Amino acid sequence: MPKWAEGWFALTVLALIYGFYRAMAAPREATMGNLYRVFFYHLPHAILSFVFPYLNLAASFLYLFWRNRNVERAAAADAFALASAEVTVLYATIGLATGMLWGRAAWGIWWAWDARMTTYLLLWLLYVCYLLVRSFSSTGQTAVIAAVLAIFAAIDIPICFMSIRWWRTQHPAAVFGGGANSGIDPSMLPAVLWNMVAWAMWGAFLVGVRYAIERRRQQDANAEALGILNQEETTAVLRHRLEEA
Amino acid sequence: MNYAQHVLTHLRKDLRLEWRTKDSINGMLFFALLVVVVLAMAFDPASYPDMTRQISGGLLWVALLFAAMTALNQSWARETNNSVLDAHRLSEAPASALFIGKALANFFFVTAVEIVLAPIFTVFYNLQPLGQAWKLLLVLPLGTWALVVNGTFFAALSLRTRNRETLLPLVLLPISMPALLAMIQATTAVLTGQFEPTLWIKVLLAYVIVFTTACVLLFQTVLSAD
Repeated sequence: MPKWAEGWFALTVLALIYGFYRAMAAPREATMGNLYRVFFYHLPHAILSFVFPYLNLAASFLYLFWRNRNVERAAAADAFALASAEVTVLYATIGLATGMLWGRAAWGIWWAWDARMTTYLLLWLLYVCYLLVRSFSSTGQTAVIAAVLAIFAAIDIPICFMSIRWWRTQHPAAVFGGGANSGIDPSMLPAVLWNMVAWAMWGAFLVGVRYAIERRRQQDANAEALGILNQEETTAVLRHRLEEA
Repeated sequence: MNYAQHVLTHLRKDLRLEWRTKDSINGMLFFALLVVVVLAMAFDPASYPDMTRQISGGLLWVALLFAAMTALNQSWARETNNSVLDAHRLSEAPASALFIGKALANFFFVTAVEIVLAPIFTVFYNLQPLGQAWKLLLVLPLGTWALVVNGTFFAALSLRTRNRETLLPLVLLPISMPALLAMIQATTAVLTGQFEPTLWIKVLLAYVIVFTTACVLLFQTVLSAD
């Protein structure tokens, strides 16, 4: 790991610890008591899992653009698309799990088929399916198929969002920007923001690590295809180039 | 040849092939019929007319979706024999014409199944639409196209994967979810007459336009994906 990545990791851990402290030190909520504290984890994960799909979409477009122009950049874009899709699934899973725990405690049921939850479940399903397709497809075509699927998934999400909203609504109205009575008590705001920043940093770190691993896998695969994997010098050169990049 | 002629040539070829073998239509028809019968075991359609009206829209589309999937999986298999697909890639005809021809052919097959299935469904499930039944003439073709256009596209996409038969439903179902929701809601609206299907027909129309465009634009990429 390069020095700056280690620094980033250290900062992230500090931010996570501080975020945890703020979440636990925030005042008790009027009706839900301490139960609401899961909100500080639920909200950042839920919001961030709608951010990573856009990174995935952007990387997929870049892949299709570079595919016949610059192979190296295309491979990098593909690695990034994979990394961001995996982190999307991870964050959406945590968002769903914390949401269900909270729902069970606050509403008495694990799951209600309301607009947000259904949309969110679909988001999760779409990116799980993206990862499945990647693992099913034969090497050499994986990247193209995945990029096309990523575009379809990204188009699908807004349509899902609107149509399901017209269908039904039970989830509490949007916490932020949902009209006059929305928003939270200002005393809770620092905890929300700190957790938001901390989990965003953590997500970025995971994407970075996953990207580096995937790049290394690609380079190993290329080296193997060229039959130079066993020549230690070449591998060392490849590794060195990777670390520089 | 212009674009329309290319599409027509592909369409004629697919229709002729199907006319001579009748594989997809027979398979789909019988499969859909079986699904309708199996679903009748889950509840008693004759004794609870209100409940039947509430859920029949969903059942009909689920039966059609599963049936269409069996045919969609096969629709590109024909093109892989003797590397016909590679010939398509070499030909001067635009790739999207091949796609549209194939999607139209599949659309006609599924529509044929619907024409047979709808009366059977009505009889078996003792259905009397309480809304304006003519609106089904909008919902059925739009819904069918929504399923078929993505289905044809993803069938082509899954040609390039291992265990392609498993893959198609895995991809098609999540992507089609908004369309399924819209077509089921619109059909239920017509059957129960409790609300207006207009909103859902609009959703379906928007879905169809967006995804047809996406499929046409990206098909070339999928066809030459190696």
